This record gives sequence, C-alpha cells and structure tokens, in this order.
Amino acid sequence: MGQRVREFIIDYRRQWEIQSMIIPGIIFMIIFCYIPIYGLTIAFKNYTVIDTLATAPWVGLENFRIILSDKYFWDAVVNTLGISFLKLGIGFVIPIILAIMIYELNSGRFKKFVQTVSYLPHFLSWIVLGGMLITWFSTTGLFNQMLLSLGLISQPQNILLDAGKYWWIATLSDIWKEAGWGTILYLAIMSKIDPTYYEAAKIDGASRLRQIWNITLPNMRSIISLNLILTVSGLLGSNLDQTLVLMNSQNREKAEVINSYVYRMGMSQGDFSYATAVGLGVSIVSVILLVTANKITSKLNDNQSVL
Amino acid sequence: MNGKVAKEDLDSRVFDTLNIILLAICTIIIVVPLWNVIISSFSSGRALAEGGFIFWSPEFSLENYRAVFNDPSIWQAFFISVSKTTIGVVTHVFFCAMVGYGLSKKYIRGRKLYVAMGVITMFFSGGMIPTYLLIKSLGLLNSFWVYIIPALFSFYDVVILMNFFRNVPDSLEESAKIDGAGDWHIFLKIFIPLSMPAMATIALFNGVGQWNDFMTTKLYITDQSLYPLQMMLYEIIVQSQTQSMQNIGGSAVIETTTKGVQLATIVITTLPIVLIYPILQRYFISGMMLGAVKE
Repeated sequence: MGQRVREFIIDYRRQWEIQSMIIPGIIFMIIFCYIPIYGLTIAFKNYTVIDTLATAPWVGLENFRIILSDKYFWDAVVNTLGISFLKLGIGFVIPIILAIMIYELNSGRFKKFVQTVSYLPHFLSWIVLGGMLITWFSTTGLFNQMLLSLGLISQPQNILLDAGKYWWIATLSDIWKEAGWGTILYLAIMSKIDPTYYEAAKIDGASRLRQIWNITLPNMRSIISLNLILTVSGLLGSNLDQTLVLMNSQNREKAEVINSYVYRMGMSQGDFSYATAVGLGVSIVSVILLVTANKITSKLNDNQSVL
Repeated sequence: MNGKVAKEDLDSRVFDTLNIILLAICTIIIVVPLWNVIISSFSSGRALAEGGFIFWSPEFSLENYRAVFNDPSIWQAFFISVSKTTIGVVTHVFFCAMVGYGLSKKYIRGRKLYVAMGVITMFFSGGMIPTYLLIKSLGLLNSFWVYIIPALFSFYDVVILMNFFRNVPDSLEESAKIDGAGDWHIFLKIFIPLSMPAMATIALFNGVGQWNDFMTTKLYITDQSLYPLQMMLYEIIVQSQTQSMQNIGGSAVIETTTKGVQLATIVITTLPIVLIYPILQRYFISGMMLGAVKE
C-alpha cells in the first residue's frame, strides 16, 4: 500500500504543472456545486435565520408532508405541467418543420435572410421580450391594433391581464423566441444527408413531400430523440425569467410555476427549508423523467440508447 | 413519360411557392413586432398614448431617449453591464480553457475521478436556496464579484474545449517539450492561439448570457449602484405595470412617459447584442456543431 501511495505522490510531483491547471477547477466544483448539493439537507431540517446549516434541527420528511397539502404548490404544479405540455406539443414540432422548410429553399439569399431573422429573437433576454410583450399587448399596442383593423375584435383588451390566456401567451412567446434557434441543430444534421438519396428518389418519381417523409425525417431520427429526451427532462423547470417578468396580480393563479413558487417561498418569505424541499422534489421527478424518456426512445430506436 | 415529368415539375413548383410564402410570413411575424418597438421608442408621448400605429409613427421625437440618457443611473447600469460582461467572459474562457487543457491529457493522474465529478455537476445541482446560502456565507451578496466568480466555470464548456484540444496533434506538444517548454508555456503560447475559433464561440455564448442575465442580480444584489441594464429595465417594467393597473381609466400621462422610457431602455439594452450579432452569427453555427459532435 505504501508503495502505491509513494508512486501516486511521485506521479503528482512529476505532473505538478499540468495538475495545477486542473485543481482550481476541482476546487471550484467542490465549493460551488458540491457544497450546494450537500446544502439540500436543509430540505429535511427546520432552517431559520438564527441557525447554521449544521445546527438546524432535523425534521425528517415534515417539509414534504406540508408540500402535499399545500394548495398553492399544486396550483404551481398544474400551471407548470400545462405550460410545459403546450410548449412540448407545439414548440417541439415547429423547429423541425421550420428546419425542413428552410432546407428545401433553393434561393441562397432568401435562405440566409430567413435564418438571420429567425435566430435573432433567441438573443433577446426575457426581460427585454417581456417589456416588448407588455407594449404589444397594451390596449393601444400592436396586437390590439392589428385585431381591430382586421375586424376580429371590437374593443381593445389587454390579454396579459386575462389569466385564462396566460398559458398560451407563455407558450407562444417562448416559441416566437426559440423556434428559429431550434432549427440550427436540425439544419446541421440535414446538411450531412447524402444527396444521392434524393436523386434516386426523384428518379423513382417521389414527390417532394414523399422525399421529406422517407429520407429527411428518418435521417434526423436520433437527433430528434435526443432533443426530446432533453426537453422532457426539463419539463418541470419551465422558464423562471419569463414568469417573473410576465406574471402580474391579475394572472398570478395561472402564471405561477414551480420555479417562481420556490423563488417566492424562499427569497421573499424566507422559508428556506420548505423552498428547498420543493426544489429537491422537482429535481428528483426530473431525473425520473429523464431516465424514462431515455428508456422509451431507446426502445423506439431499436434498443440503441441515445444518451 | 414526358407528361409525368411535367406533372412532377408542377408539383415541385407549387411546393416551392408555398414554402416561400409560408417562410415569408414567418419572417414577417418576427420582423414587424421588432420594428414596431423601435419606431414606438422614437414616438412622442402623445403618439404613444393614442397608439394605433404599426409601421410608422405619426409623431417622431427623441424625448424618450433624452429622458433615459439624462438619468445617471442608466449610465451606471450600462457601465456595470459592460464591465461584468467583459471581465466575466475573459475570466470564464481562460478558466475553462485551463481546466479543459489539463483534462485533455490522457496520462493525467486522477483524470477519471475529475471527469466523473464534472459529469455529476451537469445533472445535479443544489438549486436556488442552497446556492443562495453559499453565496451569502462567502460574503458575495451585494458584491460585484458575484457576477464573476460563480460564473467562472461550466463543465459543458470545459468538455467542448477539452475535445477541441484533443484534436490538436500530439507532435506539437512533444516537439515543444523537447525544446524545454513547460505545460503552462505550451498551453499559453501554442494551444491558446490554435484554439481561437473554439474559444471565440464560447466567449460569444457566454457573453450573451452575461449580458442578458438578470437572475443573479435579482437573487444576490439589493444595492442599486450594482444594477446592470437588465435589472434596471425589469424595475421599470414592474413599476409601469403596477402603475397602469392602478390607473385603469385614470390619467394616462404618467403611464405614457414610463412607457416611452421603457421602450427606449429596451432598445438601448438590446443594441449591443444586435450590433455584435453579425459577428456572432459567423461563429455560433460552427459552435453548435462543436457541441453536437461529441460522441
């Protein structure tokens, strides 16, 4: 044993220069990643401002028991799931369709223009976009003016104050922001498809739609599955920035998501243990979702695990 | 035979036309609202109060921008945004490159353990509250360094750079070693210049993230002199929202001034990103590929 330890130390001495590049990263991870993971224990404690992490008394699963009977928590769960499934159902498919449409364009300049324009919203922060949405939806803003001039409504109305429409606003604004950006990866994959497939299909008389269905889509299968797994595992962590900027006193009951609830309970009300318990519960469910999605897609992909 | 080809041709042309029309509509849906925000920000308070314009403002004015630029706290916020972005990007890229370079060497003692530790951080985190308590106990609350230090490291970026460094031929390192160069020398003088494209991609992504980030401020900063532009804008938005809800049916004058200021601040906050966007675009596609082809 002593022999091995000595070898180890000699190796480190010999490699000290290159090890000195890695060690700062490891120290960083221990402090900023592993200490907070250890900090999750306060979910099982009753942490108050007078305590430190070590001295706070253990309460077991008490915090989790309170969560289960907390009406506001369940409201947040329903909203999170509602918005996430809308985003998944619509927002997942649109980038695929958009990418195919861009790929099928023949004119190089128009193609470049469409790509440039569609990537742009991704670079706006949610705060900026939130400010824009508030302007667009105000009674004198773009949205109402459009609908009025098309004769679709007779009275301008601010839909950001309408709780019943919030899920759609959250979903569609997210799609507006991210759909174009989502096409990049698909376009990169499509550019690698062997063009002789398309030529052969053309000779066989396959229509353009047929070619998309039988050549383009099958070639993107694995990347689509990978994206789906990542999206599903992130289902419960829907955008905190978006909620914080778009939520107001009128739409709160439909806008509050789990993340914003954790923020409110922890940061505004100082209930650290409770908020941590909610956060921990969500990450556990997310990991389960990730594993399940991976299992299902690997079944669909002839037992080849994508992750 | 000829007839069949002609029919296919026609089908294909219908497809192309429809495709172009639909994509044109998509771009209009993106461009028109953005354009509307820009011309609104250059509109007088009265024009904003009346509304009713889409493509062109009935009354142009610079009053919104004058109001914003006359506010010293905006300049302060701009300074904070610029300094946290530049310092943050440079330190982040250097730190990640340093760790990535070290980990790219297969012969490193403890390499497996280091990588395993990193991979775990990609899937698990303490979440908002434990991180807040850590930042608090480190004394980083209300400090400029909270923008820099916790953002130094990202294992994703380390992996991308590690893969990039690994593709550099070993012979370069060997010949430098024969000439008596140490690891730091090789890293700084050979590998960093060679991997400029990869580092530029990460720098640009990280820069956009730093510029757009407002949660860090919201969580850890209460001192207004440390607010970046995003937080200033957020405050203006929240303020104008509560005002407009209190004023439903009431006086519209205050509301329109805040609205004008809000629009001008939106444009100013976004301008730097739009300006570097052309440079950005050249890099991020190759960057996405870099991230995608990990295997």
